[in-house]
Amino acid sequence: MNTSKYMSGNRQVRRKFINTFMLTMTIVSTVIVVIPLLWILGYVTQQGLPAINLAFFTELPTPVGVTGGGVLNAIIGSLMTVGLGACIAAPIGILAGFYAAANPNTTLGLLIRFGTDVISGVPSIVMGIFAYTIIVLPQRHFSAYSGGIVLSFIMLPIIVRTTEEMLKLVPDTLREASLALGAAEWKTSLSVVLPAAFNGVLTGLMLAIARAAGEAAPMLFTAFGNPFMNTDFNQPVSTLPHMIYVYAVSPYADWHAKAWATALLLIVLVFISNILARLTVWWRVRQLGSVTR
Amino acid sequence: MKKNIMHIQNNYFAHRIRERWRQLWQYGDGLYRFLILAACLLVLLLVFAIGYELWQNSALSRHAFGWKFIYTSDWDPALTNTFGALPYIWGTFLTSFIALIVAIPLGLGTAIFIAELAPDWIKQPVGFLVELLAAIPSVVFGLWGLFAYIPVFIRPTSEFLNKSLGFLPLFAGPVFGPSRLAAGLLLAIMVFPTITAVSRDVFQAIPNAQREASLALGATHWEMISQVLVPYGMSGLLGAIILGLGRALGETIAVTMVIGNNLDLSASLLHPGYTMASIIANEFTEATFDLYLHALIEIGLILFIITLIINIIARLLIWRVSSRTRMEARV
Repeated sequence: MNTSKYMSGNRQVRRKFINTFMLTMTIVSTVIVVIPLLWILGYVTQQGLPAINLAFFTELPTPVGVTGGGVLNAIIGSLMTVGLGACIAAPIGILAGFYAAANPNTTLGLLIRFGTDVISGVPSIVMGIFAYTIIVLPQRHFSAYSGGIVLSFIMLPIIVRTTEEMLKLVPDTLREASLALGAAEWKTSLSVVLPAAFNGVLTGLMLAIARAAGEAAPMLFTAFGNPFMNTDFNQPVSTLPHMIYVYAVSPYADWHAKAWATALLLIVLVFISNILARLTVWWRVRQLGSVTR
Repeated sequence: MKKNIMHIQNNYFAHRIRERWRQLWQYGDGLYRFLILAACLLVLLLVFAIGYELWQNSALSRHAFGWKFIYTSDWDPALTNTFGALPYIWGTFLTSFIALIVAIPLGLGTAIFIAELAPDWIKQPVGFLVELLAAIPSVVFGLWGLFAYIPVFIRPTSEFLNKSLGFLPLFAGPVFGPSRLAAGLLLAIMVFPTITAVSRDVFQAIPNAQREASLALGATHWEMISQVLVPYGMSGLLGAIILGLGRALGETIAVTMVIGNNLDLSASLLHPGYTMASIIANEFTEATFDLYLHALIEIGLILFIITLIINIIARLLIWRVSSRTRMEARV
């Protein structure tokens, strides 16, 4: 009706202005968001680097007031718990990933994908309580076992989902060729599909390990912490993130420095695994793309 | 005669089935299928096992307090042994709410920038930075929050808010460093990668025909985004936000480090507080008698149920948009 209103230059100017303004705001929000990341990285490096030396990796914590010492007990404890977690979660997760990739549209296939998504949203502290009730309560003491088992729950959904995604990237022609040659289904999975997706599956495992290595909350009442050296799975151990927590809330400057150094160690570990994971996925997609072509 | 034929047929089918089973097990496929199925069921069992254990181990507290546990605020393990979780539930929702208010516009803005505007050479590194932010362990966020974020950013912001808006109970003084505001604003940084990554995927899943149609009708770039893409992907974007909410509700160690852990019932954002996750982290190993322990586990149960419901809703919303776009892309 009133077409002149829509043709008027005024409105055009306003639309253009809103357009430019909002698009600029998206750039601004991106910048705002990148700032904390750089701030965290810079600050952790600046604070942590001076405290990192050989003793940091090879010595036990010293008593309060005595400078020096290291976090060897926590490094060993982290290796124990994360290693145990990976040993439990990897076989189960990879097998479940095989099922999900082979049966994408069955009820159970959908349910497993949905279920893993939901499990990955369960707070880690709730996982910690769960492990506490099934392991620590009956045993009446904290242990590295219970810590490892919590971490396996946390790793499980990540391993299942990445395995599934990576197996889906393997072209069906490979699978069909193997089956057509008379190989059994498990033989095809194990010696054709898994090697083709091996790097990807390994990547998923690595991401899961990186995630688990940074978990402090469930460790509070499973692995519990231990200022001494311990390699017995049945006894409490310290882990790196738990050590950061304990040291950070303490009032001692020397312990704060150790917390920063430990944080730097964790971040480096996490970043290396993430960068490797990224590169692997990128490389796989490119390579498999050329195969199917 | 007819009976005879059926008998032979039955025999034949039974033989086929037996033969098939023999093959399955002889060549190992039966075992393989059993194993992958068992692994699947084990994963699914985990959800039920968690719920069951938490339910069983909070029995004392559930029987003693009933629903009162949720809406009363006495937490006295020393004298009267009464427990009410209201302050913690309130603290959890308040901090998550602050986090979402900040993270939603920033997260969606960044997602739009990455998915719709940025050229490839910016898209890749920015996407990667967002992933890195998601990968930083929560205890490192807490450490940074305690020693850098609070003194450099939170404290001045709090003081400014108190000075300019101090007449509101929301910003009543005195100003503490560790506070609900600090926890909320730290959570904002932590949930932001979730919101961005999921909503970026939602935007990228929208078929190009939608964009082309709206641009061809004369829409500006922003009109295309706000009037076509956002409504189209609405359920997915909502899913992304709810997923972020789920992360904020359950976040433990970083919040425990910056919220101040004080049973403060005032409405002020600038006062220290408590969340459900942080009371568990703080008092779980100090729970000296069973009722106390069960009360803490019941808080865990509430947290579990809330995050479970929230995650289910979020995933359903996200799945809806992705299955819809897949169907329309085929047409």
